Amino acid sequence: MEFRRKHLLELQGMSREELTLILDTAETFREVLERPIPKVPTLRAVTVANVFFEPSTRTRLSFELAEKRLSADLVSFSAATSSVLKGETLKDTARNIEAMKVDMVVIRHSAAGAPHFLSRCLAASVINAGDGCHEHPTQGLLDMMTLRHKFGRLEGLKVAIVGDIEHSRVARSNLHGLRTMGAEVLLCGPSTLMPVEAERWGVAVTHDLDEAIAWADALNVLRIQRERQAAGLFPSLREYHARFGVTRRRLERAGKEVTILHPGPINRGVEIESDLADSEFSVILDQVTNGVAVRMAVLYLLAGAQGALQGS
Amino acid sequence: MNQPKPAQKVLFKGGSLLDLDTGKETPEDILIVDGRIAELGKVEIASFDGEVIDVSGAVVVPGLMDMHVHLREPGREDEETVETGCRAAMAGGFTAVCPMPNTEPPADKREVLDFLKERAAGQLVELFPIAAVSKGRKGEEIAEMGELVEAGAVAFSDDGDPVHNAAVMRRALEYASMFGRPVIDHCQELTLSAGGVMNEGFVSTNLGLPGMPAIAEEIMVARDLFLAKYTGGKLHIAHVSTAGAVELIRRARAEGVQVTCEVTPHHLTLTDEAVVGFDTNTKMNPPLRTAADVEALRAGLRDGTIQVIASDHAPHAIEEKEVECAAAPFGIIGLETSLGLVLRELVDGKVLSLAQALRAMTVGPRAALGLEQVKIAKGAMANLSFIDPRAEWVVDRSRLHSKCRNTPFHGWKLRGLVLALCNKGLFWCAGG
Repeated sequence: MEFRRKHLLELQGMSREELTLILDTAETFREVLERPIPKVPTLRAVTVANVFFEPSTRTRLSFELAEKRLSADLVSFSAATSSVLKGETLKDTARNIEAMKVDMVVIRHSAAGAPHFLSRCLAASVINAGDGCHEHPTQGLLDMMTLRHKFGRLEGLKVAIVGDIEHSRVARSNLHGLRTMGAEVLLCGPSTLMPVEAERWGVAVTHDLDEAIAWADALNVLRIQRERQAAGLFPSLREYHARFGVTRRRLERAGKEVTILHPGPINRGVEIESDLADSEFSVILDQVTNGVAVRMAVLYLLAGAQGALQGS
Repeated sequence: MNQPKPAQKVLFKGGSLLDLDTGKETPEDILIVDGRIAELGKVEIASFDGEVIDVSGAVVVPGLMDMHVHLREPGREDEETVETGCRAAMAGGFTAVCPMPNTEPPADKREVLDFLKERAAGQLVELFPIAAVSKGRKGEEIAEMGELVEAGAVAFSDDGDPVHNAAVMRRALEYASMFGRPVIDHCQELTLSAGGVMNEGFVSTNLGLPGMPAIAEEIMVARDLFLAKYTGGKLHIAHVSTAGAVELIRRARAEGVQVTCEVTPHHLTLTDEAVVGFDTNTKMNPPLRTAADVEALRAGLRDGTIQVIASDHAPHAIEEKEVECAAAPFGIIGLETSLGLVLRELVDGKVLSLAQALRAMTVGPRAALGLEQVKIAKGAMANLSFIDPRAEWVVDRSRLHSKCRNTPFHGWKLRGLVLALCNKGLFWCAGG
């Protein structure tokens, strides 16, 4: 199958074939990462701009590493050190970057839809590295890759996403991607952090973590942001941990093995018990490694669809 | 756009008078002399020495009125002025508009209304300004309503914002009732809608955009209806957008509460599905709601619960709208697409008859504001819109007369061409 998309904006609406192609391509790049010299010349002469309007350490590092492993040229931009502070608009920022003859733009932005907006302004390919509460497609892909590794399949897998669903771009990309690949998804979290009409996604919803654990093959545990408590969306971190914190005791009570994912960074002792995050159940560090492979695959496929790989 | 000319001796030939009560169309030529209707009926042109305007195919109705527009002057003349707003109004078939007071400075003092009147002098389009409910639109103390009425205010509103303080709203309804003027409220319970950029529902859930729930509007509508009932004041609800609000208003009217309301063409046409793709031209306040809400709004118009269609014409500069959704201002322009959308969606869509639809754009707003109705009779001052309801046209945002381009209807095929207008002793015809 040929990859025909110009941008990667969201997993919603992508076909099973497209997702499978990305995941299969990521497997080959994962092998590259295991080599003594983990670098290929694939994207030589391709320039990628990493445009981060929101603080991010791991996603940004992961993209940069992926670009370097593919021999792309890269420039990085973060809002804290940019003209955005002087009032420049997103469109002007983007057009300036493009005028520097960039082929691809990786964007992280606090506003949902910012990558869509950029994709309408630019000739370059746009990769969404997280937009507000909307989607984080490469995170969804790396989670799927990690689960596929662990279980050998996604079809029929039962995945519970636990925590602040309403504000989570990770949850949205995960549920769209997983459902397209034939997995079942359950959302679990306090009612105040569950978006309205979430059932219309075709997923089950529960506010009972034990029920979710009893059902699931894997738990994708989301980070709880402390400012949500300040906004009155739950009473205290203590109460959150008591109701929705994933603990070894809860897993033992369920009497089964459950794989635990977390997009990081972890609030140890809030959404997950500290030692559980480092336990045999956790695949959190696999997620990090797979993140580089998935981003290499996405860059590679989009560059091919753009024609940037011709002659390379 | 060609300029209006003095209507010293003009014959509009070939149109049909549309009776807005019965829907009956009667072919009549209309002779205007010095701005007044001198003759209605068959007028021979063999020896006629005035100007003859061919309005064949047109229905003739009282001049259309848009009771909810933002003309941005004073303060944001880069976005719209009284002059450009009047041009857009003429292109849209209107002979009267009511500019909202959320200008800079706000229309909370006589001087601002005097300034607006001065700017509108010589225009064919008549300005009926709406003044602020509260001083500085701060929602704390009611404005000097008596003086504002003397200066020409036809109603009071802090539109753009609700009158959030219930005691201020109570006093406003009580005080404005001395002058027989309505208080127009932008109904929104701000603690429930805070941060929202679209309707709260499955679409906002899916897009990850913060939502404004329907109950934020409905709670405020309910509060205002209680206050109107208690005070006996005249209440007008601006841009109703939810099924629940329509039902609340329907029940209150049945109980005899003095309440009228309006709906915009975009809330009658689009749903929150239009926000998919994150086009900021779909960001408005109140937000686009669900298909069930659209259906309820249409039903409300049909049964008379909603009497007025108003555009909420809200021009915004391109650079302000060409940003990510969260940063964009609310609102779209509407003066030039209002009639076309109404004819396409409501008349072609068999929701309303042509007469019912045009009633909501002529008789409805004047009744809501307590203004004298326009008469089409021999001897009356001519205030007329000549509309060909069957003609089709395609919206091209680059050819609109508003200073701004923020419309989600670019490329839409609409129904209804404005052939000519007559008002204030002036006439204008689209053909030159």
